[in-house]
Parts: sequence; C-alpha cells; structure tokens
Amino acid sequence: MIEFKHTTKEFKSGNNTVRALYDVNLMINKGDIFGVIGFSGAGKSTLIRTVNLLEYPTSGEVIVDGKNLVNLSKKKLREEKKNIGMIFQHFNLLNSKTVFDNVAMPLSLDRIKRKEIEKRVNEVLQFVGLEDKVHSYIDQLSGGQKQRVGIARALVTQPSILLCDEATSALDPQTTKSILELLKRINEEYKITILIITHEMEVIRDICNRVAVMQNGEVIETGDVFEIFSKPKTETAKNFVKSVVHDEIPDSVYEQLQKSEYSGRMYKLDFIGVNAGQPIVSQVAKRFDVDVNVLFGTITELQNTPFGNLIVELIGEEVEIARAFEYIKSKNIKVQEVTTHEGELTDHHRCDLGNVIHG
Amino acid sequence: MKVSSQIIIDAIWETLYMVSISLFFGAILGFILGVTLVVTRKGHILQNKFIFGVVNPIVNIFRSIPFIILLVAIIPLTRLIVGSAIGTTAAIVPLVLHIGPYISRLIENSLLEVDDGIIEAAKAMGASPFQIIRKFLLPEAFPSLILSVTTATIGLIGATAMAGAIGGGGIGDVAITYGYQRFDNTTILVTVIILVAFVQLIQSIGNVLERRLRRVS
Ligand SMILES: Nc1ncnc2c1ncn2[C@@H]1O[C@H](COP(=O)(O)OP(=O)(O)OP(=O)(O)O)[C@@H](O)[C@H]1O
Ligand SMILES: [Mg+2]
Repeated sequence: MIEFKHTTKEFKSGNNTVRALYDVNLMINKGDIFGVIGFSGAGKSTLIRTVNLLEYPTSGEVIVDGKNLVNLSKKKLREEKKNIGMIFQHFNLLNSKTVFDNVAMPLSLDRIKRKEIEKRVNEVLQFVGLEDKVHSYIDQLSGGQKQRVGIARALVTQPSILLCDEATSALDPQTTKSILELLKRINEEYKITILIITHEMEVIRDICNRVAVMQNGEVIETGDVFEIFSKPKTETAKNFVKSVVHDEIPDSVYEQLQKSEYSGRMYKLDFIGVNAGQPIVSQVAKRFDVDVNVLFGTITELQNTPFGNLIVELIGEEVEIARAFEYIKSKNIKVQEVTTHEGELTDHHRCDLGNVIHG
Repeated sequence: MKVSSQIIIDAIWETLYMVSISLFFGAILGFILGVTLVVTRKGHILQNKFIFGVVNPIVNIFRSIPFIILLVAIIPLTRLIVGSAIGTTAAIVPLVLHIGPYISRLIENSLLEVDDGIIEAAKAMGASPFQIIRKFLLPEAFPSLILSVTTATIGLIGATAMAGAIGGGGIGDVAITYGYQRFDNTTILVTVIILVAFVQLIQSIGNVLERRLRRVS
C-alpha cells in the first residue's frame, strides 16, 4: 500500500524553482497494478521516486505500508528499501558483472550466505525465464532480456512493492507485451503491488486496474481503468484514450455514404463493458432480415471485457433495420447512425442525429 | 658510445625503481583524492561542499606546477621525509606529489563516466555510500581505470627523466649527463630507444588488460 498525502516536490536551481509535484493525493491499494500516465515533464518520475526516497518530498507525506520513510534512520531506511523493488527504462544493470552477479547484488549488500543467495537468484531467474543466461554478461543480452534481469534483481529481495519507471519504453511492441505479461504474473503470483509510470496508454490498458493522469505536477484525474477509458473527463485523459481506441470515423466511410447509388445505412456501435460473450453482429444478422457488414472497428480488451467501437453497415428493409437498431440498443450498446451532408466530408464530429432513425 | 653497458643497465633499474615506487604511492594518493573529488561533488552520494572546496583547488595547484619546479620547491619536504634531497630515493617524493594529483583527475574522469542510472539503482536497493563506491562505481569503471593508470605510468617515465636534475639517476639522467652535456649522440639514441620501448610496452600491456576486462577480443 502506498499513500500520497499532499505530496509536493520543488526543485530549486539558482533563482528559479520548478514545482515537479503539487499536492498529490493518491491511494494505491495492496495488490493494485496502478498506472500513472502523463506527458513528458508531468512529474511522473518524480512521483515514483518519492516512494523509495530517491527524491525527498518538499512537503506532504508518502506512506508506504503504513510507514512514513522520511522518519526512519538511515539504517532502517536501507532495510525498508529491500521491500520496494524498482526497475528502470534503461535497465541500469552493471556491464562488468554477469546476470547472476547483477541479480545477486541486492542480497550481497547484506551478509547473506552464498548458498542462500544462489538458491534465491536461481529461483528468480527461473521465474523470469532466464535460467539459461545465468553466466552471460549484460551486453550479450537483448533489451527484453535485460529488463528481465532488472525485474529479477528487483524481485530477489522478495519485496511487496514494485516500482516501474517507463520499464517498457525502450522496448519494441512485441517485447513490451511479454514484459507486461511478466509484470502481471508477478502481481498475481507474488501478490506484489505494482506502481507503473508510462506515457503509453497501451500499458495502462494491458495490465493496470487503476490509473492516475498527471499534468504539470498534479494528478488531474484518477479512477478505475475502465472508468477512465469509458468516461474520460479531462482533455488529457481523452487524448490518451483516443491514442488506443480510435473512435473517429474514417474518411472512406463518409465517401461511401456520399455516393448517390449507396443505399445502406451505417451505424457506429460503442462497446463499453459489455459482456464478452455477446456476438452481436452475428445475432443481428441471424434475427433480422438484414445483411451486416463490418467496415471498421477497434475493439480492445480491458480487464477481459471488450471495449471499443465498430462501424457496421446494415442493408435491408427499413423496418428490419429499425428493429435491428432497437435490438442492439437493448443490449446496452451505444449505437448511433453515421450520416453526412454534402460537403462535410472532413467534418468528423459525432453525428448528433445518432439515435434517430429517419424514413 | 662513451658509456658502458653497465651504466645503461643500472640506469634502467633506477628508472624502474622510481617509476614503480612512485606509481604505487601516487596511485594510492590519486585514488583517494579521485574518489573524494567524485563523491563529494554537488549532487553526489557524499556531497560535501567543504571537502570538495579544499581538495579540488589543491589538486589544481599541483597539476599546474611544472614538475621541474616542484622538484626544487619541495626540497625541504623531501629532506624531511627521506633524510636527503639528492638521489634516486629522494626523487620519489616529488614524483608522488606530481603523479598523485594527475592520477586523481584521471580516476575522477573514469568514475564520472559511470552511468548515473547505476547509482540510482544502487540507492534504490538500499546500498550505503561505501557499498556504492566499492560494489558499483569501481567495478563499472575498472577497465577505464586501468587505462588511466597506464597513461599515468607513461607520464611518470617522462617525469623520472627530469629527476636527473637532482641526481635522481635513471635513463633520463644518463641521456642528459653523457649524451647532452658530452655531445654523445649514440648515447642519446640508445636512451631514447629504451624510453620508447618502455612506453610502448606499458601502453600495450594497459590496452590488453583493458580489452580483457571489457571482454572484447
Ligand atoms: N533533479 C532535478 N532538478 C531540477 N528539476 C528537475 C529534476 N528532476 C525533475 N525536474 C523537473 O521536474 C519536472 C518533472 O520531471 P519528471 O522527470 O518527474 O517528469 P516525467 O513526467 O517523468 O517526464 P518524462 O516522461 O520525460 O520522464 C520537469 O520539469 C523536470 O525538468
Ligand atoms: Mg520520467
């Protein structure tokens, strides 16, 4: 559990002061995978660094598992840090040492028996899938493998909290996925609370259950990931959501609609937290005398629930289309018709006529 | 050639003696000063305005005094330490004071090359300042430190040649007293070849060691 209470951090350099954090209040519960997202310079790194006191807050408190680390003696603080693992964007591993020695490092700072160190290191390397790289040097590894070493090093002291500062930002999408899956496994199997900093909404979507949006040192929005994705309040949050769920209607759809010979009707269906097992498209096609064409869509998954939108074309009798429309609506899916007026091709605002069926 | 080979061989030994002893003490001095310069600077693990403010100018002063002047200037100190101001052993005191601060700057540079992220990781896992130096900074900088010591050793060979001025002996002394003052070009040539061979050898050893440590073949 991590609690930020009115946490403020200022950096003074010469005459000017940069306020990197301002009155941050956040509660990260045990077992959370908590994401913090924001643009560059928003204060995310500063925030995560106050948790293990790499940065001391100027005012306010950071409570970790019930303790305010600022009040601890140096020795106690070092002890407490073993309970907080951390991984970094650029891995921060020692090139002069092997994978084994890198992972063993946190243990070798204490007087722990060699046997015990070996056992723990091998165990954790097995967990991250690097048992065959024990004796390799860091520069012989790929980026993804390096981050696995970083994760192993963070886990070897059996912490209850894992801090990740842009842990996947230096990795390609494929590798990012695999590292995120590993983090999720860590959260599930070891019950470790994870605080993850990112500027990629995909990371939030893929593994987080809760999220805070930061801007100019302040937390401007916070909530369940689902909540933020379905009802983002601030402009920043909306933009982040848009970066993964494209809900703009492509030009080609409007173009198609404009053709005089076109006789179908187009609808945009928004899925928000609808039961995953609902094959809505095929149900509509089966129950009503309409043809359904899926034209576009982004459906992603948020905590095992589909989330996103589809643009479909319904072709058939007006009456049937109207019935199909009502049916879709009854399934708790937001549905609106896509219409266009001549000369408005590039006007992408959501059609206000949405829920009305004419004709 | 007007010198016997015995004189040359003795001179080689004298040079080796001066270089190794002063390198040993100079490296210790340089190491302590270099590490101090790094860790006490602003924003580093043992930030200390006072210590940095004292050590930094002292190192600069010694770095800026030409060796030949340092040699003469500290004669009283030399006499105090080794009991005499003349001779091979007496040359070691100014050599150490010359090379120590030089090595400290080289070590400072090597240590500053280590990625800040390493220190960050060390702090995050709760390492003490001493552990950060010993288990993170030094191992990461080690290959670069070897090159620094190599450079210092070569600088030292040059400095020992000047130690001839206070009767320090060594190859440089032979070159000046026999070669230069008695116009013996052959002796000059021989001593130069020996010095060049020394430098080549040391540089090669340094390079090989560094490459080994960095595991490049
Ligand atoms: N040590 C420091 N000294 C002075 N200013 C700092 C320091 N660290 C951070 N800042 C400033 O604080 C603000 C927040 O920085 P921070 O690194 O927390 O942002 P961030 O959200 O992590 O950005 P990024 O996505 O680029 O990593 C920035 O304006 C930055 O310049
Ligand atoms: Mg950052």
